Amino acid sequence: MRLTLTGNQANAWGVKLSRVQVVAAYPITPQTTIVEELAEFAANGQLDTQYIKVESEHSAMAACIAAENTGVRTYTASSSHGIALMHEMLHWAVGARLPIVMGAVNRAIGPPWNIWADHTDTISQRDTGWMQFYVESNQEVLDTIIQAYKVAESRDVLLPAMAIEDAFILSHTVERVEIPDQELVDEFLPPYNPPDYLNVDDPKGFGSLVMPDWYMEFRYIIARAQEAARKRIREVTKEYAEIFGRDYHGLVEEYRTEDADVVMVGAGTMVSTARDVIDKLRSEGHKIGLLKIRVFRPFPYEEFQDIAKRVDVIGVMDRSFTFGYGGAMFSEVKGAIYNTDARPKIKNYLIGIGGRDVTPKMLEDTFRNALRVKDHGLDREMMWVDLKGGE
Amino acid sequence: MASDELFVSGHRGCAGCGMATAVRMVLQEAGPNTIVANATGCLEVMTTGYPETAWKIPWIHAAFENAAAVASGVDVALKKLGKREGVNVLAFAGDGGTFDIGFQALSGMLERGHNITYVVFDNEAYMNTGIQRCSSTPPYASTTTSPAGRVIPGKQGKKKPISKIVAAHDIAYTATATIAHPKDLKTKIKKALESEGPSFVQIFSPCPTGWRFPSELSVKLSKMAVDTGIFVLWELEGGNFDNIRITYKPKERKPVEEYFKLQGRFRHLLKMPEKIAEIQREVDEKCAEFGF
Repeated sequence: MRLTLTGNQANAWGVKLSRVQVVAAYPITPQTTIVEELAEFAANGQLDTQYIKVESEHSAMAACIAAENTGVRTYTASSSHGIALMHEMLHWAVGARLPIVMGAVNRAIGPPWNIWADHTDTISQRDTGWMQFYVESNQEVLDTIIQAYKVAESRDVLLPAMAIEDAFILSHTVERVEIPDQELVDEFLPPYNPPDYLNVDDPKGFGSLVMPDWYMEFRYIIARAQEAARKRIREVTKEYAEIFGRDYHGLVEEYRTEDADVVMVGAGTMVSTARDVIDKLRSEGHKIGLLKIRVFRPFPYEEFQDIAKRVDVIGVMDRSFTFGYGGAMFSEVKGAIYNTDARPKIKNYLIGIGGRDVTPKMLEDTFRNALRVKDHGLDREMMWVDLKGGE
Repeated sequence: MASDELFVSGHRGCAGCGMATAVRMVLQEAGPNTIVANATGCLEVMTTGYPETAWKIPWIHAAFENAAAVASGVDVALKKLGKREGVNVLAFAGDGGTFDIGFQALSGMLERGHNITYVVFDNEAYMNTGIQRCSSTPPYASTTTSPAGRVIPGKQGKKKPISKIVAAHDIAYTATATIAHPKDLKTKIKKALESEGPSFVQIFSPCPTGWRFPSELSVKLSKMAVDTGIFVLWELEGGNFDNIRITYKPKERKPVEEYFKLQGRFRHLLKMPEKIAEIQREVDEKCAEFGF
């Protein structure tokens, strides 16, 4: 079945197909239409779920944590300030090892007040331990929700995951979306089967005080779970491709990187536009390719160590800025490569911040700038693209 | 201690902890088919040092300001699993986690109408962090953030009437209780658990460490709080305050000064008769409202 859906509707369809048992959510622009769509599904009996309309995002995540800890599959969705308000409980979901999935619709953080696409809201949750999938199409939104549950619920992972879509560019824009057969999804994603849960027949305690003699070991096993997730994501993506015919290539997707001297890196919707620009520059004879970061946590360091051996320049485009140094993706890419012998030049491009449209022209200028680094060396580490008045 | 206790000895609560006694009484009434959502605080810290626990029932702690939201999540998950029938879902929180930081989550849970019994153990300050003032702290009590100084004599402002605010949500059942009135407490817990929809019980929980009194006086102080009229034992079904039922009325009310004399947190007041008179006046007015 094919339907014409917005990114947010595709998100809700992913939830429906994953047979989520408890939804707890609070509305915020641009996430709102996800929770509206889910409410429609529930009201019309198309989604057999317990849906709590909580009084805040903080309580949304608290209720998901408690419900997941009682043994059911849960979901929430949020954006921007809502994700920021959840922050404490995002840490909690990881420490409690609960495979909750959240639809995160990227929106800028105020002030100044801005409701448009920007990755600051999710990037600033990097250190919580949530897995992060950045998607570029409405189809990928739907497919990623289903895959995220499968990865998250793996016994060697048991970590929560965010399926992350750009505000408005996906959330409120329609595309044709293939809806997988429920039967196939059920086969791919069996019911949630937690190792431990709140049960009066077998009482256990969750969320105990742990002294310094054991706390570190609990953190270490979370670190191990993130490593296990890296492997699981590759396996699950492959399995999904075999069953449903759509391959998202694990943690990163390379485009025309064979023989490339320069590779551009980005996440979210900008990479769709970037492919066209790569094609144009390729037709002019420039050896340039693209690497899409689909999964930012766990970070695909092996993939970057590999690409670093093959290219002279890596241009990293960040749709957020980590104040005090540079874009988070840029820093991670640089860090991943440092202990190898490869020494490509790495330049950071801050682009599309606060929903500024990332146009083909803007990308072309950016990519030509990266090509100049190849010929003339690194002029500076960071560049704000399309900045009024210049830097 | 009876072998069927669900909250057992060996925890790290202070001698004379009113809350520990209260928890034991609540669980005696609730029985083993009970799940507790516990807010951060003394209760969580003193009972669960990994890998030990004082709880013989399923227990979850998921932060401070959200016991009501956590209990809500447990409630709906059990419903979804078809396992809700015959299980009590309780939220346990201190006064800080209820009157202050957990107030929004509490109000949300009440409005949504979850079948949850919320019990607040009211020891009138943030005890776990070292006796800081809270909106439950009574006027002029000396705490570490409302010290009795030369200019400011302890906590400024009144005690938030949490149970009245909760009852105003027009919920199934609201009550107040103390460990000095165990039969009354257990009857109220029973009624709360049997109510369809949200219920709330505020248990007065003397804290020897925070209030500075000898640990053997916890029960006596609970009784004195009721006998002076400082803490009134009542219950209410629904939200119509005309239907409030006083469950224990002291024959003759004692002066508040007698209650103050036993606690270090009010010691400075003994030299301030005008402040004692002011509180006595307020307590008299409140008792008159309750009809005694």
